[in-house]
Amino acid sequence: MSQTPVELKYAASHEWARLEEDGTVTVGITDHAQEALGDVVFVELPEEGDNLAAGDEAGVVESVKAASDIYAPIAGEVIAVNTLLEDEPETVNSDPYNDGWFYKIQPDDVSELDNLLNASDYEQQCADDS
Amino acid sequence: MSDTSSELATTPLYDLHLELAAKMVPFAGYNMPVQYPLGVKKEHLHTREKAGLFDVSHMGQIVLRGPGAAEALERLVPVDIVDLPEGKQRYALFTDPQGGVLDDFMVSNFGDCLYLVVNAACKAQDLAYLQQHLADDVELELLDDRGLIALQGPLAAEIMANLAPETADMVFMDSQRVQINGHECFVSRAGYTGEDGFEISMPAQAAEPMVRSLLSHKAVEMIGLGARDSLRLEAGLCLYGHDLDADTTPIEAGLSWAISKPRRADGARAGGFPGAERIFDQMANKSYARQRVGLVGEGRAPVREATLICDEQGKEIGVVTSGTLGPSAGVPIAMAYLDKQHAALGTLVFAAVRGKQLPMRVSKMPFVAQRYRRS
Repeated sequence: MSQTPVELKYAASHEWARLEEDGTVTVGITDHAQEALGDVVFVELPEEGDNLAAGDEAGVVESVKAASDIYAPIAGEVIAVNTLLEDEPETVNSDPYNDGWFYKIQPDDVSELDNLLNASDYEQQCADDS
Repeated sequence: MSDTSSELATTPLYDLHLELAAKMVPFAGYNMPVQYPLGVKKEHLHTREKAGLFDVSHMGQIVLRGPGAAEALERLVPVDIVDLPEGKQRYALFTDPQGGVLDDFMVSNFGDCLYLVVNAACKAQDLAYLQQHLADDVELELLDDRGLIALQGPLAAEIMANLAPETADMVFMDSQRVQINGHECFVSRAGYTGEDGFEISMPAQAAEPMVRSLLSHKAVEMIGLGARDSLRLEAGLCLYGHDLDADTTPIEAGLSWAISKPRRADGARAGGFPGAERIFDQMANKSYARQRVGLVGEGRAPVREATLICDEQGKEIGVVTSGTLGPSAGVPIAMAYLDKQHAALGTLVFAAVRGKQLPMRVSKMPFVAQRYRRS
């Protein structure tokens, strides 16, 4: 059974977003998404300084069998990326909500988080899809 | 379950796949396991370290009988069938009049018949083609009441010897009928992973008990189509419909080794197969424009099928036909067709991936050393 922490917000495209105390937002892919992808062998991240709109392509995550795009859940400037994933992409599988984070964003408008799904709505969506 | 899956054919191991919680996908008209809970990468590594068990019952098993069977089949392939020794199997290709490859398959000589294993997606087409081209005195039978499994990996021989002691003496490409638990089985020492191993055909009702018995060994795991693909790619083996097709000759595909010596232009039974003229011209004069090569990525990003390959000036020189990050190789690996002048080993080329030019080098295959038991 996939984990879906209640304190996070979720995009329908399977990214999670966490509002940090300093007002930045950390982004990754959900436990459900990493399970569906299988063993992650490569992650392509956005670059620091990239300005993303909500829904923009923000990178790619690849397993042995397939590649899958990742999208920005909210608009903002990329202020950090998780360089650990270059050498240890499998961290996305083992710890999707913590060490397996993808990038941090300085949001243009933090209230955009309200447009995202809460944990139970996201779980419902995953259940409907399967 | 969607409606489409109910229209798919199933193998004799279908219920077992579901019981083992396999993820099932449509493949060549069959509902097949793409992976088990272990996952593609671990399944791949397990096969290289211990022993992997594959359901390949979707493939076509065909028997040809009759005094003229070998001569008749030989007219369709650039391969020596007439002198294929009893108890041996050979890799063969159906070629079309332009020298293109209609299918690739394995053929065994069982003494009183020839036994072919053809690609699942080509099964119906191959049968029709054989029916059309074989003389009336050659009897053709599709064995659609049999299962086919592959046991592959360094521990396969030891496990197989428990099941059928006589298989211990077999070497690579030996192929014979063996009684296992009272069932007539066809066992060949070959496979599609680059590892030592066996392919075993058995009556459909014997498939599940035999697989359960093999799975009772701690060293054996079920392996899905996902890892089957990465294993064969590391082993440098073509996948028909991707690395090989009717627009490609065996020479362009780097399969000139599969053209048997007696069938070559200077051989005892030269030619006499579809496309011989073009294939001989390509062999003698290198009169082809592109050829299959192996590519190894210098970075970490996998380079997938259909990715365009460019030279240092950015000019398009070819296309990838299979690609992944090799779980054992540890690097991005691919097969591609490149313009001949860029195909030399060590040539630096660039894969166009998401707007970037990823450096790759033309490299020899297999990407991971083959470990067949040759003697």
